[in-house]
Amino acid sequence: MEKTTLFDKIWDAHVVKSVPAGPDVFFIDKHFIHEVTSPVAFLNLEKRGIGVKNPSRTVATPDHNVPTVDQDKTIKDKLSRMQVERLRENCARYNIELHDLGSAHHGIVHVIGPELGITQPGMTIVCGDSHTSTHGAFGAIAFGIGTSEVEMVLATQCIMQSKAKKMRITVDGVLEKGVTSKDIILYIIAKISAAGATGYFVEYAGSAIQSLSMEARMTICNMSIEMGARGGLIAPDETTFNYLEGKQYAPKGAEWDKAVAYWKTLKTNEGAIFDKEYVFDAADIEPMITYGTNPGMGIKVKGTIPTTEGMEGSNKISYLKSLEYMGFAPGEPVKGKLVDYVFVGSCTNGRIEDIRSVAQFVKGHKKADNITAWIVPGSKEVEKMAHEEGLVKILEEAGFELRQPGCSACLAMNDDKIPAGKYAVSTSNRNFEGRQGPGARTMLASPLTVAAVAITGRITDPREVFEN
Amino acid sequence: MAYDKFTVLRSTAVPLPTENVDTDQIIPARFLKATEREGFGDNLFRDWRYDVEGNPKQDFVLNDQTYSGKILVSGKNFGSGSSREHAVWALYDYGFRCVVSSFFADIFKNNCLNIGVLPVTISAAFADKLFAAILANPKTEIEINLPEQKIKLLSTGESESFDINEYKKDNMTNGFDDIDYLLNMSSEIDAFAAGK
Repeated sequence: MEKTTLFDKIWDAHVVKSVPAGPDVFFIDKHFIHEVTSPVAFLNLEKRGIGVKNPSRTVATPDHNVPTVDQDKTIKDKLSRMQVERLRENCARYNIELHDLGSAHHGIVHVIGPELGITQPGMTIVCGDSHTSTHGAFGAIAFGIGTSEVEMVLATQCIMQSKAKKMRITVDGVLEKGVTSKDIILYIIAKISAAGATGYFVEYAGSAIQSLSMEARMTICNMSIEMGARGGLIAPDETTFNYLEGKQYAPKGAEWDKAVAYWKTLKTNEGAIFDKEYVFDAADIEPMITYGTNPGMGIKVKGTIPTTEGMEGSNKISYLKSLEYMGFAPGEPVKGKLVDYVFVGSCTNGRIEDIRSVAQFVKGHKKADNITAWIVPGSKEVEKMAHEEGLVKILEEAGFELRQPGCSACLAMNDDKIPAGKYAVSTSNRNFEGRQGPGARTMLASPLTVAAVAITGRITDPREVFEN
Repeated sequence: MAYDKFTVLRSTAVPLPTENVDTDQIIPARFLKATEREGFGDNLFRDWRYDVEGNPKQDFVLNDQTYSGKILVSGKNFGSGSSREHAVWALYDYGFRCVVSSFFADIFKNNCLNIGVLPVTISAAFADKLFAAILANPKTEIEINLPEQKIKLLSTGESESFDINEYKKDNMTNGFDDIDYLLNMSSEIDAFAAGK
């Protein structure tokens, strides 16, 4: 058998043509669009006098910029309203499937794609959003693109893309109780840095990865971009097939059997060579949290902020600037620090399993007085399940405020902003300066850690608060 | 859309030695609400450039009249994070035509090439030389020669080669974009799609 990787198999099957001394003309199976990165692409199509080549391969939803309250009313912010209206106009004009605000399948694009079964193994998937890597959890090649590339896909169903190098990250062993997939990915990024996988496409493998649910796998692939990778993917298996079976857009009947037979071939062959490999032990991973202004600046919740020993020049200056922004000092522990906000949501951790785990842990407790707690479901479907399962009631009794689906405080394009100087422990994916609002101080963590922080009001290791 | 041709650029440069400059710093999300590609330069590095009242922060390099030019020399891992092409639109709209760094994030680099801003990757040692030269004399000029793939510090004559694939180089020097290329091969794409 040929010694090829999963990534090679899918990539090579989508190359229309390799340009000599240039990129590949790369065919795209599914294209997701949202209101923020698509309007200029449509505008340019119009200027060129061309249309959308294959509307059935594009699916749209407004998510980045939508309010998370009163979604049944007209959007108050004029510019946000214009972007959403423009998306509606463009979808109507070019006959593109739109899951509009308030409709049954509205939500964050990376939540609804898998939920509807649009995302499938072996596909190539792009979207004008860097967290498109999420879809790689299904054994797809999925990555974020810029608006010029959105235009290319709309116009030609292809983009020009150079093939990335290949990295494999293997996590073997069994995770300790209280340790989640979010901790795995924060641990990996802390180990290899926020730029450690730039130029690579990552395959996640190993027994700890295989043991994860689809939703937990999505959390890992989602944050591949936070170490610079174009994307991350996980070989499809029974967990993947069980998740997809019966989903609205998944193949049915004989088509399903045929699809599964193909999907089963989508794995890296024994002996295949990667450009770079890392192997980690699941037993070494504990609840993680970030203390700085890039996702590589992460430590164990019970750990201490690194000192500047061994740093020099612009590296040291940048590091101290980051800590100054956060209001932290080198060498100090983070545990016990007071927090102002918690945010549960985003394409990283806004799925039903995330909400279930938070609800299960805060049940019967009250949030601390100093905490404002926001919980934003990733989609209408997640919101509906949270109501039906009684999770909303538990969370509201604990003092959480439930909002309507959208990207919300992950990037704070709408009104969901953390005030300047305030600390937010967040299940989202980026802790950049001002990411959650100008001057906001973000610390990334798992939904369990966020639940623990909500109850104690301080940075807390979830294993120390909750039993079982 | 076709963009400006890029061959040889000779200019003073703005130094920004900060590392890991992410696209949220280049253009914060709250300024992504436009539906057209105009006016992004006003909000380039918004929160580093202005305080909450909108007053310029004197210690930020874009507010320092000493430095100007069409080249931005930045610290390593420039453009990480979000795929927002708006970050490159903001740099372009402000007047930058070339960004120099010892390390770029992938999507940002692609976005640059797609709208005609040249990303030039140099060694960390050469980056240090550029920073030192610009700080010592802000009028120092840098020459970017795309056909020869050379970046040169004109004050000392020191230079370094940089990589770019032939296809993208050809696009940049002629002002072509990828869509022109793709539209010209639409029958090949159709044949490929039919076989899927």
